[in-house]
Amino acid sequence: MSASEKYVAAAYLVVFAFVLLYVVIMALKLTRLERQVGELTELARRRAGG
Amino acid sequence: MSTWLRNNQVPALAGLAAVLLCSAIALVFFYAPEDADQGLSQKIFYFHVPIALTAYACFGWGAWKALLVLWKRTSGADLESYVAIHQGVIFGALTLITGSIWAKISWGVWWTWSEKQLVLFLVLFLFYSAYFMLRFSVEAGPQRENLCAVYALFGVVLIPVSFLAIRLSQRFIHPTVFTSRGPQMSTAQFATFCVALAAMIALAGALYRVELLSKRLDARLRELRELLA
Repeated sequence: MSASEKYVAAAYLVVFAFVLLYVVIMALKLTRLERQVGELTELARRRAGG
Repeated sequence: MSTWLRNNQVPALAGLAAVLLCSAIALVFFYAPEDADQGLSQKIFYFHVPIALTAYACFGWGAWKALLVLWKRTSGADLESYVAIHQGVIFGALTLITGSIWAKISWGVWWTWSEKQLVLFLVLFLFYSAYFMLRFSVEAGPQRENLCAVYALFGVVLIPVSFLAIRLSQRFIHPTVFTSRGPQMSTAQFATFCVALAAMIALAGALYRVELLSKRLDARLRELRELLA
């Protein structure tokens, strides 16, 4: 692999890594939101029950 | 617009971005001819320039939303402005990284302070990076909305300066592809560039909508928690 090929691959990998990182961050955020919805549902259920 | 498309704008936009990105990569490596002067390293151009233009578009969109905050007090425009600027900073960082890699191959250095285009883009990037320091140092409310909107509008002035800097530059190390005589490249190269630009704009649009959705959901959950507490 020539130096040019390595640098071009690196530039495209940076963009690809950014998209993947964004997906990971959004997945973490969705997990947190799902947990919060679960907690709120539990709270609402307790209110309705008692 | 069909009902399905209206109800699934974000997945449709994300799907479009994925298709365009894959098409752009295929065109870059299998269709666009290799540049006679720069060789393979010129392939970085097809992502680097669209990413930079997308960053400008995000900052411009953020400024437009900021103007709506000040002018019409549009509900939610402050959040939209913030998310657009956040996207702009991300795309700005990618511009600097891919540009540095390209500079290393073409000029032998990662960065040069003598190029007005590079320095002005860095100034624009740092200016909008500081937006977050301002935003998170003021409590949420109308005062923060006004301050952030004014700051976002000031920043947008730097965009045309940064965009035109390359033409004002006297050294011309940074290549000038788009001149008053049109794009200085072959039809195949220009077509590839256009697909890559559409891909980056679609990607930024999809990420903008996803982030906006998650932030709105977060705010509604916080409100619901307060109501149930």
